[in-house]
Amino acid sequence: MNFEMPNFALAMPEMFVLGMTCFILMVDMFLSERSRVVTYLLAQATLVGAFILSLSLFSPLRELSFSNTFVLDPMASLLKLAVYAVVFTVFLYTRSYLRDRNMYTGEFYVLALFGVLGMMVMISAHSFLTLYLGLELLSLSMYAMVALQRDNRVASEAAMKYFLLGAMASAMLLYGMSMLYGVTGSLDLGEVSQVIAEGEINRLLLVFGLVFMLVGVAFKLGAVPFHMWVPDVYHGAPTAVTQFISTAPKLAAFALLIRLLVDGLGGLQHEWHDILVLLAVLSLSVGNVIAIAQSNIKRMLAYSGISHAGFLLLGVLSGTPEGYAAGMFYAIVYSIMGLAGFGMVLLMSRVGFEADALEDYKGLNQRSPWFALMMMFIMFSMAGVPPFIGFWAKLSVLQAIVSVDLIWLAAVAVIFSVIGAYYYLRVIKLMYFDAPETTTALQPGRELSMVFSANALLILGMGIFPSALMALCLQAFVL
Amino acid sequence: MFADLPILSLLIWVPIIGGLLVMLAGSGRSGLEAKVLALLVSLLTFAISLPLFFGFDSSTAAMQFNEFKPWIAAFGINYHLGVDGISMPLIVLTTFTTVLVVIAGWEVIKNKPAQYMAAFLIMEGLMIGVFSALDAMLFYVFWEAMLIPMFIVIGIWGGDNRVYATIKFFLYTFLGSVFMLIALLWLYGQADSFAILDFHALPISATAQIWIFLAFLVAFAVKVPMWPVHTWLPDAHVQAPTGGSVILAAIMLKLGAYGFLRFSLPITPDASQSLDWLMIGLSLIAIAYIGFVALVQRDMKKLIAYSSIAHMGFVTLGFFIPWMIAANNGGSFAGAAMGISGGMVQMIAHGFVSAAMFLCVGVMYDRMHSREINDYGGVVHVMPKFAGFMVLFAMANAGLPSTAGFVGEFMVILAAFKANFWIAFVAATTLILGAAYTLWMVKRVIYGEIVNEKVAALKDINAREFLILAVLAFMVLLLGVWPAPLLEVMDLTVQQLVEHISVSKIPAGAM
Repeated sequence: MNFEMPNFALAMPEMFVLGMTCFILMVDMFLSERSRVVTYLLAQATLVGAFILSLSLFSPLRELSFSNTFVLDPMASLLKLAVYAVVFTVFLYTRSYLRDRNMYTGEFYVLALFGVLGMMVMISAHSFLTLYLGLELLSLSMYAMVALQRDNRVASEAAMKYFLLGAMASAMLLYGMSMLYGVTGSLDLGEVSQVIAEGEINRLLLVFGLVFMLVGVAFKLGAVPFHMWVPDVYHGAPTAVTQFISTAPKLAAFALLIRLLVDGLGGLQHEWHDILVLLAVLSLSVGNVIAIAQSNIKRMLAYSGISHAGFLLLGVLSGTPEGYAAGMFYAIVYSIMGLAGFGMVLLMSRVGFEADALEDYKGLNQRSPWFALMMMFIMFSMAGVPPFIGFWAKLSVLQAIVSVDLIWLAAVAVIFSVIGAYYYLRVIKLMYFDAPETTTALQPGRELSMVFSANALLILGMGIFPSALMALCLQAFVL
Repeated sequence: MFADLPILSLLIWVPIIGGLLVMLAGSGRSGLEAKVLALLVSLLTFAISLPLFFGFDSSTAAMQFNEFKPWIAAFGINYHLGVDGISMPLIVLTTFTTVLVVIAGWEVIKNKPAQYMAAFLIMEGLMIGVFSALDAMLFYVFWEAMLIPMFIVIGIWGGDNRVYATIKFFLYTFLGSVFMLIALLWLYGQADSFAILDFHALPISATAQIWIFLAFLVAFAVKVPMWPVHTWLPDAHVQAPTGGSVILAAIMLKLGAYGFLRFSLPITPDASQSLDWLMIGLSLIAIAYIGFVALVQRDMKKLIAYSSIAHMGFVTLGFFIPWMIAANNGGSFAGAAMGISGGMVQMIAHGFVSAAMFLCVGVMYDRMHSREINDYGGVVHVMPKFAGFMVLFAMANAGLPSTAGFVGEFMVILAAFKANFWIAFVAATTLILGAAYTLWMVKRVIYGEIVNEKVAALKDINAREFLILAVLAFMVLLLGVWPAPLLEVMDLTVQQLVEHISVSKIPAGAM
């Protein structure tokens, strides 16, 4: 048997995160409540270390390892860097929230880091097996995180729903994978794509497999009609956890989409194109219209996330490298905006007051004009109004679909984003045009308000200078 | 002397950065520091715009004061600024009006004056950005960003029904402009560049031109606004604070008309030709029908808002008349330039006149807190100075010769006569209608017996108000008796535009 030594160096960040997470798990057991900060700092150090490692591995080449089950290409490097940065920011945001609610435990950090590891594996997967492995690692961590507050009934219910539906979606994905394995005889995405290109296999079976897999992927992305879990879970989970599950995993879900559809099933582009059009249009319409009816800001942001998933799909379905780059840009931008949006909910909340009703935002301009201004940036950015970063994300996606002559689809997308603008404007209306019910100013911790302000200003700053990130995304696909 | 300074960039960024500083300075209760700072910033911006006017070279139709920096390499988007005879006067109008708005809001705005002033300054910078952008995406960014401060201004400082009005305003204009975005992206795909001048030179098939024209039409018609997408304007005007109404009428409406000149006509001349009946028809409806609507208004601001729509009808009529003139004169475009220049003059004149009219209503509203015509009567007995100004501006609004309102209307009607008698006939009804609705309002508000005690207790205008109205009165008369400098500035640019649109852009061999 010819055993080839894998190139371990490519997976250094993964191994580092795994090792550190196990280490934190053990260290945390010996820590008292008061020295919990050690866990926090170690978790942050893990992310920083992984960031440095991934950065040093950054290369424009595409390299395979571990018997072709693992790939490192510019897309993987970029997405991993984004995941570290996003999760790092989540940890910064959520520390005081967790501390005030007796959730400041090692479990939160360990589960989140295992989730990060799952995302990394997904992002670098080059085989159905690794893809599924990463996805499950991520999903199981997230189920547990939602249920972290054991005594909270809403959270437990959300976790239960999430778990049941998520398990179902995973099963669908796995079933689809098994069908493809059955027809193509391989789990390796490269080989699968080669076999399909040769065109000697039953197309019908391939399409069946594709459909099942897409169900799983659409669930993870939160695209309509597989979106039912999103509002309930975002609403039910503690806000800190919501912030985590609504941001970084979207990056991984994007990677999942690209790995499966482009790397593996590129030969079926004709088939998946139509399905994605349907998913995108449904997500845009349902997400934007139902968001208008929400009175809870976490649910509103959940539906807004669904519509953003629709936009992300638009980029991918264009089927061009520029379109994939636009989709990736959108995913990264969305995670920055999602961080800030849920960051605002964290900022507004106090112990015993979750600040998740839209009414709570009334008259915020009278109470804390600075935070109201920052929230206005976030809302306009999500609505896609320049000069904020959300506009450029929408622009690059629209450009991608206009360039393949899907002008009707672009028209549908912009009409729904105008409808969507209404509920973002409503938040601004509440903050600026309505009278406040109390006059006390917000008093968030210094750390939290600094992170939040930096995050919101980044949305403006990157809106004025979007060039660098756009170029990076483009380089990941167009060489 | 000024050639080295990036004047256009200064004009955009001085008010924006100044506005941010004003917002930060506004912690004080009276906001006096913020107001003084805002006044200084607006005066400084106006001063910077003067070299633009006096240093402008009217012997060329090319873009002047160019600035070019790569911005977003991935899409070939550049920070490219420049002005020609069409955009330069509008920029000066913007800087001029903003000074007036800042002074007009001085004592009146009690609630968060710093944010109010800051919003107007930021808006000023963004509007100048729209007028000077030569890159389509840069144009679009300014175009959309401008909605944000206006949304806030109407929403915070507006009247009772302000929330409805401001959300309607935002969504209407947002809906209009997203279609333009798609058209721009399509053009980018063809030209591989976002430079507006490249779009001008791009050959486009007839069908594509029609679609692009319609996409632009949605965006610009909402902004102008043209009938039937004008319904946001009366709401927004009535609810907006005085300053907001002034900026809306004097400048924001001009953005739509400017869009026609910068985008629709030169990029899709053939579609403009084949759809000119539509544009002329809508313009005539705006002039005649909206004139009648204005006649029956009871709210002064609403009346002026409708009269704005009718006046903007003249602008669009002037812009889209050239082909009719050519058809009527054996293909010669002689006289077409007069229609377009007339529309331009009308834009500038309307900027002064409508600003003055809204300020006059503002003066009365600040004292009486009512805009209803029925609540007034006999104002001349208690406010003689004010009444003098109001009557002058009303005359200008009605298009009396030797005021600014006359020049543009007259030029457009003359051009229309060259095209078709009946078009000119309908357009000329404005001379009667405009006089009717404006002067009737003046009669009821200013003259007659003093109707109630509140009117009897009115105090005449103070020095601040006198200053604003006097400056505007001077401009209205100056433009009325001596429009030559303005016409001279835009002459070559308009000539070049007419030449450009007289040549078909449909690629040879394609239909």
